Amino acid sequence: MEVILSSAAFRDMVDQLAKEILDKHPDLSNTAIVGIQQGGVLVAEVLFEAIQKQVKGGMPDYGEIDITFYRDDLHKQILQPDRMNLPFAIVNKHILLVDDVLFTGRTIKAALDVLLDYGRPSKVELCVLVDRSEHRQFPIQADFVGVVTKTSANEKIKLVKDDSGALQVVRIDDKKQ
Amino acid sequence: MQLSTPHLLGIKDLTKQDIETILTTATQFKEVLQRPIKKVPSLREVTIVNLFYENSTRTRISFELAEKRLSADTINFSASGSSVSKGETLLDTVNNILSMKVDMVVMRHQSSGAPHFLAQHLPHTAIINAGDGVNEHPTQALLDAFSIQEKLNVLEGKKVAIIGDILHSRVAMSNIYLLKKMGAEVTVCGPPTLIPKYIQEAHDVRVEYNLKNALQWCDVANVLRIQLERQNQVLFSTLREYNQVYGVTQKLLNEINKEIIILHPGPINRGVEIDSEVADGKNSIILQQVENGVAVRMAVLYLLGGGKKTT
Repeated sequence: MEVILSSAAFRDMVDQLAKEILDKHPDLSNTAIVGIQQGGVLVAEVLFEAIQKQVKGGMPDYGEIDITFYRDDLHKQILQPDRMNLPFAIVNKHILLVDDVLFTGRTIKAALDVLLDYGRPSKVELCVLVDRSEHRQFPIQADFVGVVTKTSANEKIKLVKDDSGALQVVRIDDKKQ
Repeated sequence: MQLSTPHLLGIKDLTKQDIETILTTATQFKEVLQRPIKKVPSLREVTIVNLFYENSTRTRISFELAEKRLSADTINFSASGSSVSKGETLLDTVNNILSMKVDMVVMRHQSSGAPHFLAQHLPHTAIINAGDGVNEHPTQALLDAFSIQEKLNVLEGKKVAIIGDILHSRVAMSNIYLLKKMGAEVTVCGPPTLIPKYIQEAHDVRVEYNLKNALQWCDVANVLRIQLERQNQVLFSTLREYNQVYGVTQKLLNEINKEIIILHPGPINRGVEIDSEVADGKNSIILQQVENGVAVRMAVLYLLGGGKKTT
């Protein structure tokens, strides 16, 4: 297990992402920050806090989505779904999807399917902490990226808590584990 | 995340963990049913046949809706008007249907054990029991439990009275198995002719012949349908007398002066086992049961419908 982003670097990176988002969208009153269960929600919570501190215009809404029922590999394994929480109308809203790692693109595709079942957003953007860009299986790219990492397919990039409970990003080699 | 069994034949075969998994998953599906588009693609690759050898309104519609909302393909079969009347056996009928590449079977049958028989012969097809004879009606018990839990937060330690024709009721049996597994207390109440002998010893439930005592004791009353088709068996004298002794009336509820949640699996015989005032009253969750039935069946189908095909 190798630490890619220490908890301090993780904080800095989220602050930087918040700044980039606000540079592009100073007024977030018609925007919702939506985390994808489970890693994306952890990032979205911290990002939402960072935006709250930096924002000068309107405040965004906050939501969480779960993609379990929309996975394209349910024939392989059945997973227990997580909490959905979208306490606002999606219609004509600017949605900023947040995930921890962008890998094949399948999760994001499923997340878009979930969103569209709630209504027609005016625009959807994607913000990810780590982009494993060379493994993409769908034509999906993020609008805001923390870091691009070179990885091999059997490695895993995960958001985990360190000893003090703070979030950090680690690389796990599946063969060794 | 899989149940401990490949079929849902009865609550008897489920573990406490299985029941909790189904109820938790149902909560998520209930949220799906509140969305503008009440449909998820989870079972897009699955074809399900609904085999109904016995009449049904709620259960059949509820299963069909649950299947459609999971994006499964569905076929409906009722025994009347089919080759069953030409003498085809159950196994032949089902094998013929399965040869047309059907993945799951939802079956209601008048004979107890019919789905267990199918499961023995068709181990690779998920069989879901939608009521078999006087044995079990597992999805009804699950939706009853879900509805009680929604109202009271927990099942453990709650007191549930099951009132009416216990002897012929698969709903009662499934409810008893489920509630005992989840740590609730159960009393069955009805005329002695409609309560099985030794039920107390066999299932560790209390037996009460006095309705008022049962209501005074319970937090939840699950009122069962008097099966009018069994009237000729002379198990009680008249419907009118049944209503006077075992009918849940507003007057009786006023006398005991306690908030009791009222369930009924339907169809209701108004003025027999339950009065309209009670059935439509503020503590009745009869229509919530029906609403929750779709979410609970979606959970069962979802948990049994995927995750094992290797192709």
